[in-house]
This record gives sequence, structure tokens and C-alpha cells, in this order.
Amino acid sequence: MTVPPSAPPSATELFARYTLDRAYDEIFDAAGNARPHCRALVEALRGASLAELRRHQTEADRAFLTQGITFTVYGDDAGTERIFPYDLLPRIITAAEWATIERGLTQRLTAINLFLRDIYHEGRILAEGIVPRELVFSCRHYRREMRGVHVNRGIYVSIAGTDLVRLEDGRFAVLEDNLRVPSGVSYMLANREVMKRVFPGLFARYSVRPVSTYGQDLLATLRTLAPPTRIDPTIVVLTPGVGNSAYFEHAFLAREMGVALVEGRDLLTHDNIVYMRTTSGLRRIDVIYRRVDDDFLDPLAFRADSRLGVPGLLNAYRAGNVSLANAIGTGVADDKAIYAYIPAIIRFYLSEEPVLPNVHTYLLQQPSQRQYVLDHLDELVVKAVGESGGYGMLIGPHSTSVERAAFRAKILAEPRNFIAQPTLTFSRAACFTGDGFEPRHIDLRPYLLYGDRMRFVPGGLTRVALRRGSLVVNSSQGGGSKDTWVLQD
Amino acid sequence: MLLSRVADGLYWIARYLERAEHTARLIGVGLDLGLGRAGTHAAADRLHASLGLSDTMVALFDLDHRNSVAACVTAARENGRQVRDEISSDMWEQLNALFLGVRQFAVNTDRDARPGTLCRSVISGIHLFQGITDATMGHAEGWQYLRAGRFIERAGATAGLLDRFVSDGETQPDGRLDSVDWVALLRACSALEAYCRHYTADVRPERVTEFLLLSGDFPRSVRFAAAQLESALREMARASGRGAGGRAERLVGRLHASLDYGQVDEILSDDPHGYLAGIGRQCALIHTSVYQSYVTYSIESAIPA
Repeated sequence: MTVPPSAPPSATELFARYTLDRAYDEIFDAAGNARPHCRALVEALRGASLAELRRHQTEADRAFLTQGITFTVYGDDAGTERIFPYDLLPRIITAAEWATIERGLTQRLTAINLFLRDIYHEGRILAEGIVPRELVFSCRHYRREMRGVHVNRGIYVSIAGTDLVRLEDGRFAVLEDNLRVPSGVSYMLANREVMKRVFPGLFARYSVRPVSTYGQDLLATLRTLAPPTRIDPTIVVLTPGVGNSAYFEHAFLAREMGVALVEGRDLLTHDNIVYMRTTSGLRRIDVIYRRVDDDFLDPLAFRADSRLGVPGLLNAYRAGNVSLANAIGTGVADDKAIYAYIPAIIRFYLSEEPVLPNVHTYLLQQPSQRQYVLDHLDELVVKAVGESGGYGMLIGPHSTSVERAAFRAKILAEPRNFIAQPTLTFSRAACFTGDGFEPRHIDLRPYLLYGDRMRFVPGGLTRVALRRGSLVVNSSQGGGSKDTWVLQD
Repeated sequence: MLLSRVADGLYWIARYLERAEHTARLIGVGLDLGLGRAGTHAAADRLHASLGLSDTMVALFDLDHRNSVAACVTAARENGRQVRDEISSDMWEQLNALFLGVRQFAVNTDRDARPGTLCRSVISGIHLFQGITDATMGHAEGWQYLRAGRFIERAGATAGLLDRFVSDGETQPDGRLDSVDWVALLRACSALEAYCRHYTADVRPERVTEFLLLSGDFPRSVRFAAAQLESALREMARASGRGAGGRAERLVGRLHASLDYGQVDEILSDDPHGYLAGIGRQCALIHTSVYQSYVTYSIESAIPA
């Protein structure tokens, strides 16, 4: 156990269980000294008392509850809602670190959009054998309905949330891309509001870049995606409805932008034009920020049993009369097997080296790699390629032999469906446990918007694996979050 | 701009709450007559019969009966959940509290002495919701749908209840109503005090009828409800950009005018049952034409040229 040196007695207690190990620590360097940009934070924490911190925590939790910043617990007809656990301490990113992240993500998202345009049109990258044809066509999220469809500005992914982790050497790497309907941005905004309320003094000691412009940026981005002939486009947010666990966020974003929140049953198509049914008659829709998955968007084109979508939407979209954000079929690019090719994709389209590295990934339909993975299941993390939210995962070092045997069988049955990665020791940051500070593993999901240009909100959602030693940060799996500060230069 | 689905949700929140309040008030009066069970007094019978519900517990808790308090409050809350983003948080919390209160009561095993308490708390909970609505929600298009739902339900319910008393008294000479019946009717409409202030405590059938049907300022009279409904419909037409004089407006205008200029002696001597039942029918027509104009209009009629 390493207690950071030079800690006054009152603080030693709070930091008593704070240990350093191989993982990169966001606050302390290897010698146990606070990193320069964290000194003011550590100083403030050392001056704090346990009772005070607990009071702050209660205050923060109450703020989330009374503002209704909750997600629905499925299968409870009483309408029970839970708050997404919030950690009191901010996660701080320096201006220089953020500049690298912005550069890397801009490069990555630019290349991904070129890739999507290419595979749904001429397929140069497939013809040249950079990405295997069968990998793309066998992807569950590949939509052949999108072949040859003109997408306005060629932007398929205009709203992305890419998960980054910090490796042992302090470099950021991309863990996965979320290119379909990434969620969580409302928590990022709410975390900041609560932070300012609970810790005004600490916040004032730092010069933190604001995040509150997200709603305006999103609206501006969606406007640029409207069909070019539509001068003053009508924009809506399409939600699956109150039963969806992210309903709060859908309503929140609609309110932030000042646009209507609609459900599939509010919309209809006629002559390839989408309308919403209002008390003033039908109103034409130009841009849909849809929070409904591809599968459910249009029962005539995709799942016929879907009641969340709009019959005829795909044809209206193909006719160019309505824009969707994100486009249909973007899931092929966040398939975890395609992920392994993103560095090659960046080199192919942009002739640049990737700024942000990937995590090493084993592709299981290649026999030699598969054999290696099967021999080392207890060391590796195995993920299903089309899943998100921390589902369909095997974390080798934390698994039982029964779980490993089950995954071995699944891999052998459908190797295309899985990839493996080394178990990462991603970085840790101090969290308040209720009794003191302990390090917990964290990741970072910055949110990107891409319309006429790339727009970033400085920061993103820092997710925390709240269980000691756990590496899973998903909200559905016991994760929490922190406010994320990007400092001014 | 208001989505049709949202307008529909708001309208039904108000209608269901009005219906729950009506049922709760009737049950409360029936219980106060000292008649916990139906069938022992003509007035209580009539109150229950007007609901189509025979038993106090059924009228309060049975979710299978659409008019029961529990069913109405549950339906109102479900509509509220669908449009949660369109109503204020305070409104939602009150709606939810009302629902949880009724549900908790329903699962309580020893309920013998308590239905009266529940009726009172439901009524005051609904009044609170209305107060919160008026104080925290913009009085814009959506608010007009709440208002329309409340008053269309009220006009129909008051007319229906009055019909039970007026028509029965006419058609069954042997079962003539006494003043206990008419007082019970006034109390079921929370109208006893207001009636006494207007006419003194001398309770006469034609005066009760006049008061509940034609009073211009008593908020539970049919005429008052029709005036509010007409005003709400006019605002709805204006907010939606449709011109005045649509079918719904003409229907409600006719209803309102007939109440404005109606004479109670003519109504009673002519065909009171036909007149009162006609009010229910007119409310149903108004409802249908509101829906045809704003919610369920055919796509063909609405496609821009």
C-alpha cells in the first residue's frame, strides 16, 4: 500500500486505502506526488472532512433525483427510476491531452465516413483487399438497402461517441467506436451542473472549458444535414417512447434544442415525404435525429413487427426527402471486427498515421489467431462483435472455467461473431467511496458532431467502474460517472 | 405546434380525472347518507345507478370497471406518462402521488371504515392537480386540451346524473323523490351551499334542476361547463391556425346557446329526459368532431396541396 507522501494526518485517513499499481493513475505520478494539474484538487481534498464529503454526495444524489435525471429500470410497472451513480471528484484532462484527442477523433471519424461511403458505393477499399469483403458483407449491421443511396454531404455518422481508455504509459487509445445511437450525453451535461452546484469553490480554482453548448451544436449540425432544398428545416428527435431506458435523454435533448420529441406513431409518409401529425395538420419533417435502431426504423423495410418506426421511411430517405442522423447502416463501422481495420482504413483514405492507437485485437476467423486466443482465454477479453453496453463479454482473468468453456464453444461455432483483446489495465482515478478515496478504473467517451464541420464538446462522459478492481464501466453493469474537465490552455 | 398524440394525452388526463372526481363525490355522498351498501335508500341507489356501478368497493377499486376511481386515476396517470415531457414536473408528481395513494389504498386489507377518507383525498388531490396545472403550465394550446377534457366530461356527467333524478321522478309517481334525494343530488355536485346561498334552504326539484343545469356562475352546472368548453374550443381552433366556425365549434355553440336561453319550466314540462340525454349526445358529437379536426383526421384531407 502506497500512501501518497507528504499527506497531513487528517488526509491520510481519507487516502488510507489509496494504492498505486501498474495502471496509469490520473491524479498521482508513480512516485505518489500529485500531477501538476491535479495539485489544487488534491489540496482541496486534503482540506475536506468526511462529513462534508458525505453531505456533498447526498446533495448531488438528490439533485439528480429531483431533476428526474434517471434511467428506467426495465420490468417494473411502478415506474421505478434509478439515478446513474455520480462520483463527486472531477476527472481532469489537460489542454494538450485534449488537443491530441480532438485531432485523433477528427481523423478517425473523417476516415470512418469515407469508409462507409465507399462500401455502400464503389467499394474501392474492398477491391484493393485492405478490408476483407466477407467481413463487411457478413456484418449484421450491413444494410444492403443503402447500396448506392446518396447521403447528404456524404456524412453517414454525424453523431458519435467514441470510447477511449488511457493505457499504462499514459497514452489514450480507442477501445470502441459507437456510431449508431450513442447515449449518455445528457449525463455529461447534468454532471457539470451538479458539480458547479456542489463544489463551486473547487470549480472556480480551475479554468474549465464549458460544455453547455452541446444542444446548440447538435441543432446546428442537424440543420446542415437537411435536404439542400429545404430552407428552414423542421427537425425532430425520434424516440422509441417512454418505455425506453434512455427516454429521459431523448426528452432532454429535444428540449435543449427546442424541437419536437416524436414517436413513430406521430409520423407518416406520403409520396415519399415524412410528416408529423399535429393539431394544425400535417407538418413536413426534414431531419430526424433518430434514437431508434435500424432494425426498428421502418417495418416495411426492416423488422416487420416493429411498432416503433415509420412505414415508408426508408423510401422517403432514399428519395432524399428527409435526412436521418445517423444514416442507416453505420453499425458496420463499429462492428468490433471492423474496428481492427480502422488504422488501415485511416491510412487508406487519408494517407496519415492514426493519431490515436487501437487496442490490439485478435480476429477469430483467422485460424492462427483463433488458436492463440483459445489457448489464452484466461488472459484475454473476448467480445461479441455486434454488441454494446458491456453485454456478450468474457473477461478472462475474472472468469470461471465454466464461462470460458461456454465462450470456447461459442467462438468455435461462430468465429466471425467474436474478437479478443488483451486485458487492459486502463487508467484509474480517485473516487469517493463514502468512507474515503479509492482508485477506480475509468474510461472516457467524448461526443463528436459532424455536419458542415467537426464539433466537439470539450470533455465527454467519464465512466467509472465503481466496484473495486472491476473493469466494466457500463451503466447497465454497475458503472457510474464523473464530471470531466478539460482545462483551458 | 402541438403533436396530435400529445393533445390526445392531455385531453384524456383531464377527462379521466374529472370522471374519478365525479365517482368519488357520488360514493362519498352515498356513504355519508349512512348507507355503506347499495339498495337501502333510493337516493344512494340512484347515485350508484348513474355510475353503472352497484357496489361501493367496485366503484372505488375495480380496475375492470372503466368508471371506477382506481381505473380512472390509473388511466389519467398512464396518459400523463405518455406526455410527461409536455406537462410540468409538479403536475407529474401530483398525478403520480394521486395514483400511488389510490393504489396503496386498494391493497390495504382493512378498508371497512376508510372509503370515505379515500373519496375525500382523491377529490382534494384532483383539485390540487388542477391548481398546479393552472399555476405551473403555460395557458397555451396544450392547456386548452386539458380544459376541454375537463369540461366536456363535466357537462356530460352532471347532465346524466340530473337525468336520473328528474326523469325518475316524472315517470314513477309512486316513487316520488323527497327532499333527502334532492339534497343528496346537490351534495353529489358540491352544490348544496351554493344553492342555499342562491335560493335559500328551500329545496325544490325545479330549482335544483335550474341550478345544476342553467346556473351561469356555479362551476359544476352544465351551462358553466358548456361555456368553458366553448371557450377552450375557440382557443384550440385559433392556436391550430384553423378558421373559426368549424363543426366542433358550431356544435358547442349550439349547446351553449340552448343552455343560455333555456327556461327550466319549459324544459321540465316538455321532455326533460330527452333534453338531458340530448346533452350527453351532443357532448359525444363534440368529442368526435374535435378528434376529427385535430387528432384522427384522415391523411388525404390533410396532405398539403
